[in-house]
Amino acid sequence: MPSLSEQLLHRIREAHKRRKLSWWERLYLPAIAQGLWVTSRHFWRNLFLHVVHRVGLFRDVPASVTIQYPEQQRQMSPRLRTRHRLMQRDDGTPRCVGCMLCETVCPAKCIYITPGEHPDPNIEKYAKSFDIDLGKCVYCGYCVEVCPEDAIRMDTQRHDIAAFSRDGMWLDVIELLHPGTRQHTDPPKKFVQLDLDDFRALQHTPPSQSG
Amino acid sequence: MAIDFVIKLALAGIVLFAVLNLAGLQTWVERKQSAIMQDRIGANRATFALPWRWAAPINWLLRKIGGLGLLHPLADVMKLLTKEDFTPSTGNRFLHTLAPWLSVFFALIVFAAIPFGDHVELFGRSVELQVAQLNAGLLYVLALASIGIYGVILAGMASGTNLSVLGGLRAASQMLAYEIALGVSLVGVVIWYGTLDLQAIVRQQGHYLWGWCPEWGIVVQPLACLIFMTAALAETKRVPFDLPEGEPEIIGYFVEYSGMKFGLFFLTDFIETILVAALTTVLFFGGWQVPYLGPEGFAFPWGGMIALSRLTVVLLGVAAFTLKVCFFLWLFMAIRWTLPRFRYDQLMNLGWKALFPLSLANIGATSLLRVLVR
Repeated sequence: MPSLSEQLLHRIREAHKRRKLSWWERLYLPAIAQGLWVTSRHFWRNLFLHVVHRVGLFRDVPASVTIQYPEQQRQMSPRLRTRHRLMQRDDGTPRCVGCMLCETVCPAKCIYITPGEHPDPNIEKYAKSFDIDLGKCVYCGYCVEVCPEDAIRMDTQRHDIAAFSRDGMWLDVIELLHPGTRQHTDPPKKFVQLDLDDFRALQHTPPSQSG
Repeated sequence: MAIDFVIKLALAGIVLFAVLNLAGLQTWVERKQSAIMQDRIGANRATFALPWRWAAPINWLLRKIGGLGLLHPLADVMKLLTKEDFTPSTGNRFLHTLAPWLSVFFALIVFAAIPFGDHVELFGRSVELQVAQLNAGLLYVLALASIGIYGVILAGMASGTNLSVLGGLRAASQMLAYEIALGVSLVGVVIWYGTLDLQAIVRQQGHYLWGWCPEWGIVVQPLACLIFMTAALAETKRVPFDLPEGEPEIIGYFVEYSGMKFGLFFLTDFIETILVAALTTVLFFGGWQVPYLGPEGFAFPWGGMIALSRLTVVLLGVAAFTLKVCFFLWLFMAIRWTLPRFRYDQLMNLGWKALFPLSLANIGATSLLRVLVR
């Protein structure tokens, strides 16, 4: 009786042996016909669907699996870590208290905060400027986890981040508070410092003018 | 004399126009058919707009055409024409430039012998719808199709790099192997119809076996048809047989080509595909013959009769020829996007050990049958 390992080896070798093809299989033609049958079935089915979609029939049966990217976007999981945003208080000022925990924990060192004195004694400080260099960011989400005030989140569902320069990857505090403000053609602004009244005014400015 | 010349020129112009446009459309068909087969959408982005206000309807049309991907061939050509024309320093600039022209020239000139319709009366002359009425048309086709290899080998050699030389040699041995099976398989057809004239072969296919079955090549020479189509597909150097090119990994004879010179090789592939489709139609699928369509109209074997004018009959024939060619283009494209590439030993085994003996056997069987039937 051969040992178990020998039996296993034997079975593996048997399985890897090249099987001799039968005459029918060596003819190739039936296999080619089968393959053509499969691809042509897909072709005619999809062609029919494409044509009837044009006249508005069978719209719920997709003719392709393609997502036409810029126009159609895939539905993302809400848990997906996407571009950052800063949360606001009711009056439009950032919820950030300038504790520097996120800047400290950031493994890529891509967060830059300038804290300022807050007039309310119950609030520690506020972020005059809050910048993230997305060119460095590794999307680890540590900043979100470490924040004691829930002031930063990564749930904008924006992942189509592209720029023509490294500076274009820079997000200032306005863009972080109001995602989508800055157009990709705008020149990047670094370390934009705002005081509390600016933040309040920003809340009421339409996005197209505030950038 | 002058009018003969003009008629010939017009015929040549029509054929050239049709073939080149069909070749351009093939790039579109290639993109779209492969996409639809694979549950994708395919090219649909290339478009442009005219800047003037009055051009709004044209722009609407351009958007629609662009949405179908039909402007991609145009974009391709623009890209190829504006690319750098590069010759490696180890290569021979003259031969390097000559090679793509040779390929395309010999692929195009074969179409002169292809009959695409019945004869028509023009200016008191009977004009065959065929550019050159050669009584050895089949030999002409085979000879020029083989000369096309020179372009390929020359491209590999004149590039002066090892990989392209190897690609050229692979092409040479592959085409040699399949050229023989191709030629020998057609001997059966020649024996059966008793002529080398392609127009005469098509005329013969208008006869009927047992009074109802069209005497098409596929009916009387099914094995030759299969061998011819396989070998001819190998001649076009497209995917199941694309070892000379081997774009993804083994690198073929046109590695060192860029811009429109590369484009010409690409064009040659498509023209050869059309050529193979046309030859298959002419030799095995009745050319411009429509079943039961005689010179006076349809005459069905069960006794029906539809009278048609001479012009209608000829036009129907041309339409039938075009349709048959288009069907084969579709079939070849489907084969190209279905089958994986052969390994080199499999390719050689298929050519020398399967197709060649089979075509020889076909000659024997056909001769025997011909003698028995007569």
